Amino acid sequence: MIRVVLPSHLRALAHVRGDVELEVEGPVTQRTVLDALEARYPMLRGTIRDHVTQERRAFLRFFACAEDLSHEPPDAPLPDAVASGAEPLLIIGAIAGG
Amino acid sequence: MSGVRVLVGTRKGAFVLTADGKRERWDVSGPHFAGWEIYHVKGSPADPNRLFASQTSGWFGQIIQRSDDGGKTWTQPGTPPGEPTTGPDGMPKGESNKFKYDSSSETGKPLTTHQWYDGTQHPWEFKRVWHIEPSLTDPDTVYAGVEDAALFRSKDGGKSWQELSGLRGHGTGPKWQPGAGGMCLHTIVLDPSNPQRMFIAISAAGAFRTDDGGKTWRPINKGLNSPYIPDPTAEVGHCVHRIAMHRSRPGVLFMQKHWDVMRSNNAGDLWQEVSGNLPTDFGFVIDVHAHEPETVYVVPIKSDGEHFVPDGKLRVYRSRSGGNEWEALTKGLPQKDCYVNVLRDAMAVDSLDKCGIYFGTTGGQVYASADAGDNWAPIVRDLPAVLSVEVQTLP
Repeated sequence: MIRVVLPSHLRALAHVRGDVELEVEGPVTQRTVLDALEARYPMLRGTIRDHVTQERRAFLRFFACAEDLSHEPPDAPLPDAVASGAEPLLIIGAIAGG
Repeated sequence: MSGVRVLVGTRKGAFVLTADGKRERWDVSGPHFAGWEIYHVKGSPADPNRLFASQTSGWFGQIIQRSDDGGKTWTQPGTPPGEPTTGPDGMPKGESNKFKYDSSSETGKPLTTHQWYDGTQHPWEFKRVWHIEPSLTDPDTVYAGVEDAALFRSKDGGKSWQELSGLRGHGTGPKWQPGAGGMCLHTIVLDPSNPQRMFIAISAAGAFRTDDGGKTWRPINKGLNSPYIPDPTAEVGHCVHRIAMHRSRPGVLFMQKHWDVMRSNNAGDLWQEVSGNLPTDFGFVIDVHAHEPETVYVVPIKSDGEHFVPDGKLRVYRSRSGGNEWEALTKGLPQKDCYVNVLRDAMAVDSLDKCGIYFGTTGGQVYASADAGDNWAPIVRDLPAVLSVEVQTLP
């Protein structure tokens, strides 16, 4: 079970409270986690990755295990602690705007 | 008894203001989509309970919301919560937020570049929906004006969007440039007498008209004079802020340009200035009285460098002669220490008798006049900065 923490605006959009728990088949990467997230909550399509290019939106960051993974390749494995569900993948809005 | 529903988009959410026909006591609902920028909310003339909203964020991108019960509940068309993620044909849902420029060789136009602020060329990039214009006759058909400037249409109630690429492909795109707010298509005016004809305006490219339902377009900027571009009378490049029409006389258009209030008597073929005795002819909004096609409203703003009302006084100006002679309307509006702006989509008129006029300010006030502008009162004073105001007249 993968845990994902969404920013509050996206939790409201997806009508969820707290962490999102997802089952991911195969390797656990940014791409497979986001694919699973968008499959379960299609209203989030385009809000984390650009709807057309599928690239991470510029003002969003991906953190996990005290590391900034935003610039890791989308198919790179996420840390084992994320894959095991011990630690969440954090999707964070950049602080710009304060 | 008849009533009105005022749809307000703000920097931090949408609000729905309702009143009976007296327009004295108001119910305020909201914020809907709290924390998000709501650039525009507009109802379908064919089904007044169907509303569309443009919900947008620099962080999270573009969302289209739809209500089918007059704003009580909202959903993203095509993706109600809990429904399967694919339809019977296997196509993915969640497409309602997708605005993809049409660059296919069959139907589209190659994505060219447009002019950047410094005059260099810059690629087209989708940013947000500025304006939503529902069809006058079909509740499932709706148009969206977007930044970077292009026109999209949905024929399925906002579930999916297709670009009307003849506009962006007009050929003058490399001469279009962003205004201070970005390169946005902010005005869509549908001709009630001719479903093939519509008008749009872009900052800063100018006004365009189609006479074939959006397949082909031509610039309609003759008569405009813009000293801030290399050729002040160029075919395109003008910073048009807003166009208004009276539905009984769709060949007559009124325009608030960056500077200058303009009028055309021939559907935009030629414009003439009607700024007359306005204290300043810079501004954003312009609208026409619901029952008097020669009665026009503007809110003069001090200048392009000082986006607030002049002299600390919030004044709506009304012309009863189709321009040139203007009177200041001040009763009930602050006449001291006021420094708000009124943005281009933030004025609307209802069709009651007497005609109601509404506008919202960057200070968060929404003002209403139930007597065509003679007297004003705030409906609300302390909303987030108002981006857009629309009104529906309800039976």
